[in-house]
Amino acid sequence: MNLHTISVLVEDKPGVLTRVAGLFAARGFNIDSLAVGPTNDDGLSRMTVVVQVDRKPLEQVTKQLNKLINVIKILEHEPGEAVERELMLVKVKAGGDDRQRVMEIATVFRVNVVDVTRNIVTLEATGKPEKLEALLELLRDFGVVELARTGRIALARGDKGIRERSMKRAAGAEQVEHWSGGSV
Amino acid sequence: MKVTGAQAMFKALEGEGVDIVFGIPGGAILPAYDPLLDSSIRHVLCRHEQGAGHAAEGYAWATGKVGVAIATSGPGGCNLVTALADAKMDSVPMVAITGQVPTPVVGNDAFQEADITGITMPVTKHNMLVRTPGEVAEAIREAFHIASTGRPGPVLVDLPKDVLIAETTWEWPENVDLPGYKPTMKGNLRQVRSAARMILEAKRPVLYVGGGVIKANATKELFKLATDGHLPVVTTLMARGAFPDSHELALGMPGMHGGYAAVTAMQKADLLVALGSRFDDRVTGKLDAFAPGAKIIHVDIDPAEIGKNRQADIPIVGDAKDVIAKLHAELKRLQEEADGVPDRREWHATLKDWQERFPYRYDQQDDGPLKPQFCIERLYEHAQDAIVVSGVGQHQMWASQFWRFEKPRTWINSGGLGTMGFAVPAALGAAAGKPDERVIAIDGDGCFQMTAQELATSTTESIPFVTAIINNAHLGMVRQWQELFYEERYSQVYLSYDVPDYVKLAEAYGAVGLRAEHPEEVDAVIEKALSITDRSVVIDFRVDAKEMCFPMVPAGASNDDIITGPEGLRPVNDPAEAPVA
Repeated sequence: MNLHTISVLVEDKPGVLTRVAGLFAARGFNIDSLAVGPTNDDGLSRMTVVVQVDRKPLEQVTKQLNKLINVIKILEHEPGEAVERELMLVKVKAGGDDRQRVMEIATVFRVNVVDVTRNIVTLEATGKPEKLEALLELLRDFGVVELARTGRIALARGDKGIRERSMKRAAGAEQVEHWSGGSV
Repeated sequence: MKVTGAQAMFKALEGEGVDIVFGIPGGAILPAYDPLLDSSIRHVLCRHEQGAGHAAEGYAWATGKVGVAIATSGPGGCNLVTALADAKMDSVPMVAITGQVPTPVVGNDAFQEADITGITMPVTKHNMLVRTPGEVAEAIREAFHIASTGRPGPVLVDLPKDVLIAETTWEWPENVDLPGYKPTMKGNLRQVRSAARMILEAKRPVLYVGGGVIKANATKELFKLATDGHLPVVTTLMARGAFPDSHELALGMPGMHGGYAAVTAMQKADLLVALGSRFDDRVTGKLDAFAPGAKIIHVDIDPAEIGKNRQADIPIVGDAKDVIAKLHAELKRLQEEADGVPDRREWHATLKDWQERFPYRYDQQDDGPLKPQFCIERLYEHAQDAIVVSGVGQHQMWASQFWRFEKPRTWINSGGLGTMGFAVPAALGAAAGKPDERVIAIDGDGCFQMTAQELATSTTESIPFVTAIINNAHLGMVRQWQELFYEERYSQVYLSYDVPDYVKLAEAYGAVGLRAEHPEEVDAVIEKALSITDRSVVIDFRVDAKEMCFPMVPAGASNDDIITGPEGLRPVNDPAEAPVA
C-alpha cells in the first residue's frame, strides 16, 4: 500500500465533494488528506487527495472518478514529479526555558512564530510533508497542545497545466487505452 | 413567456419527446400535477413508487427511449431507490423526477423531507437538486442527455416545491454544456486493426456479447461480424436477443446457469471478444480459472469496465455500434486478403458436439408433477413473438434458457442488481411502450408478491399483459441452495401454493385468473390466456417445488466444474466448502 497524490479538477457545484469522497469510501479506501480550493478558472475547484491504496484499485477509482459528471480532469502525481506542500499550525507547550528552545527549532526549520503566551508558542509551518513530520517529531518532546493541517496540495512540475496533460496511465498496463478521459 | 417551474418541467419533458411517464403524486410534487392536465404527456398512475420506477425501466428496455418516473419527496423518492439502483446496474436510461420540500426548509427535517440526492448518489449516474425555476428546463435537458448517452443510466432531478411554484421566463436550452462529460464514442482505428488481426489468427474464438450491444442498437452490426467472420456467439443474460438463438453460430447464455456449450466454449477459447460485456462474476465464475487460455479483446464505452476484472490484451473504448462496424469492415478486408475465413472446422465441430450432447433438459412425466420448464416451453410455442419480462430467481434462469430469442428488446429482466419484484411493473412499462405487442411476464411466486399491486394499474390504465407465475410455493433459488449447500436444512423458504389464491387475487385486481396444475392442462390454459387481449391475465402454474435449475456452476467455483444435472451433484458436508453467494 502506497500513498498516492491525486489532483482532481472539478466543477464548483453543490455536492461535488461528497461525490468524490463517497467514491473513495464506497471502495473502502482511506483518504489520508483532502484539500479543496478555487482555481484560476472561474467555476472550477481543485481537490488534492492523498490516499493509501494499491496500484490496481487506484486505477479503478480514478476511472470511476472520471465518470463523475462534475469531474473535469484527474492527474495522478508520480513521486518527485510534483511540487507538494502543506501548511500546519501547531500549538506547543513552551513555558520557561522551553520557549527559547522552541524558538530555536522554529529558526532552524524556517517557520513562523504566530502567537506567544506565557506557556504556549504557536508556529506556522509550510513545506514538504517530510519537513513537517520532522518538525512535529521534535515538538512532541515539549508537548503538542493542538494541531491543524491543511492537507497536501500539489502541482506537477514543468510547463503544462493540468488541463493540457494527458490522463495518467497506470504503470504496468500492457496496452494504452485510447480514450479522451471524459466520463461515460 | 412566463411559466412556473412546474410548467417548465412539462415543457421540457415534451421537448425531450416524452410521451408517457409513470408516477404517483404527493405533497411536494403537487404543483407539477396541475400543468400535467394541460400536457400531451400521458401519466400512468402506479400504485407504488417502486412500481413506477420499474415501469419506467421496462419502458426503456422495450423501446430504447428514456423511461420517466415521477414521485414526491421523502418516502416517494425513497421508494424509487431500488429501481434506480437496478437501472444503474443494468445501464437502463431513466430519468426520475422527485418533489422536494421548499428550499427555505431544506435541511430542516420538514414533513416528508429526505435528502434524496444524497441517498441516490451512489445508485444514479448523476443527480441534481434544482434551486431556481430558471434552471428547471436546463436540468431536465441535462438529465436526458446524461441518461441516454455514453453508458446509459438513471438520473434523478429533485425539484423543491417553491421552485415548481415560482415563475420564470421560458427558455429552451438548445445545447447541453457539460465540460466534464464527453463519452468516447469512436473506437480507435489502430486498436480495431490489431483486434481484427487477432480475430483472424484465432483458432478458437468466441464473441462474448453483453447488454451493451443492445443498448447501442448494434445487433445488425453484430450479426454481420459473427456471420461474415464465422464466429460463435454467446449472449449473456443481459444480451439475450442480441443474436438470434436459431442461428447455428448461437451458443446461448453463458454463466452460472448457462448452457454447457456456452460456458465451456469460453473456457476453452483462445480468444474472447467481449462486446459490451463486463466479466461479471455470474459469467466468469472463479475469476482466476475463467477462460485460462484466452486472449481478450474488450470493447466497452465505459473505460472503467476495461481491465476491472480481467486484463484486456486489446482494449477498445467506444460505442459498440461504431466499433463492431469497424471491426467487421477490417476483418472482412483481412479475410479477403487471406482468401477467406480461416479453417476452424474442428472448433465448430466441437461446439456442435457439446450442444448436442448437453442441451438444457428436464423430465416431464405425463402423470408426474408439473415441471416449470415445460410451462415455459409451452408458452414459447404459443407466443414466440412476445416480449418476455422476468423477475429474479429460478424462473428467470429457466425463461432465459428455454425461450428462444430472435430479436433485441424482446427480453427484459433484472440482471445486475437481481431485483425480485421487477417483472410485473416492468411488464406494465413494456406494454405501455409497445401497445401493439404481446408482453408476457414470467414471474416467480415470491417475486410476484413483492409488486403485484401494479396489476391494479394495468386494469385501470388499460395496459394489459400476461403474467405467468411459476408457482413452486417457495423462494425457489434459495431453496435450491439450501438443498445443495446447506444439507437440505430449509430455512424460511416456504411460501405456500395457495396463500394468496392467485386466481382470486387476479380477479380482485380486475384481471383474469387461470390455473394449471397438471401437464395436460397447460396448453388449454395458455390458449385461453392468449385469447384475452382487453385485460391482463394471471396464470398460476403450480409446479414441482423440488425442481432445480441446471446446469449450475456453484458460486466461487471454476466454470470447468459445471454441473449439468442432478446426477452430477456431490454432497457438500463440510460447511467450509459451501460456496459463498
